[in-house]
Amino acid sequence: MSEGRAAALGEQFEDLEQQHEASSLGMWVFLATEIMFFGGLFAGYTVYRGLYLPGFEAGSHLLNVKLGAFNTAVLLCSSLTMALAVRAAMLGRRRELVTFLILTILLGLTFVGVKMAFEWHHDYEEHLVPGIDFVSEGPNGRAIELFFVFYFFMTGVHALHMVIGIAILAVLTWQASQGRFGPERYNPVEMAGLYWHFVDVIWIFLFPLLYLIGAHH
Amino acid sequence: MSPHIIPKRTYFLIFAALIGLTALTTYAATVDLGRLNTVIALLIAACKGSLVALFFMHLRWSGRLTQIVAVAALFWLAILLALTLSDYRTRRWTPAAEGWATSSNQFNR
Repeated sequence: MSEGRAAALGEQFEDLEQQHEASSLGMWVFLATEIMFFGGLFAGYTVYRGLYLPGFEAGSHLLNVKLGAFNTAVLLCSSLTMALAVRAAMLGRRRELVTFLILTILLGLTFVGVKMAFEWHHDYEEHLVPGIDFVSEGPNGRAIELFFVFYFFMTGVHALHMVIGIAILAVLTWQASQGRFGPERYNPVEMAGLYWHFVDVIWIFLFPLLYLIGAHH
Repeated sequence: MSPHIIPKRTYFLIFAALIGLTALTTYAATVDLGRLNTVIALLIAACKGSLVALFFMHLRWSGRLTQIVAVAALFWLAILLALTLSDYRTRRWTPAAEGWATSSNQFNR
């Protein structure tokens, strides 16, 4: 066993393959709990959307589809750079790994930035933030308010996951620049990648459910 | 253990497909198809999610145990949604009880 292999292997594991299986399985189990966490929000959304469909469509119509689609593209780009970062880590290309990690962080920051500076700020100015400042006239006013409660909770919890992901990637970038990863030790990068892609998948479902249901009116 | 390296080309192809599907779902939403709008949007989202999971998250090349966990997560999500909706969507199937003569009106909708 080479020195690099020995250093990369935790003493509780037989070999690197078993170690990799264990961390991958553990991460997927965590992601399964995350699916249940977001699943509660999706289930609540489905129930109330069924009860107040006109209000939800009117609420969705007040969102900016262009910004939503732009952010979807940004997030998909970040998933690509993340996948390429994991690939670079597996190949032991330090410089490439650091570059792709930084790109992923920048794209993640763009997403959160657009969300906060343009969308949420705009919603606030339009008096569309339930609990803080919400004004909506008309027969669907209360249902639209309910839609925005779901909108802020779902996008808010998603953005929180993004911020946590960005923090994790920042630590990994520093470690990568120190040469801590290589063909025998890339599990941390791969597991962070799984988390990042998962957050992307959540957005893939949030985008149509929140932004697109009112688009055909 | 030698890591499973996937060619860059594959990642770029999947990325192109994801962007294409995003454009498609954004366009499809502008056409009024009634209830089908939601079905189409969710189908496209499911395709995109599967592409990300299978290729970006390497589920296609993962061990059986990991794949079972991923499918089990979706199965549990299906239970969550099915049991919740089986309540809310069937509440009006049976008419509310008429009750006693004096209080019958409050249950009528």
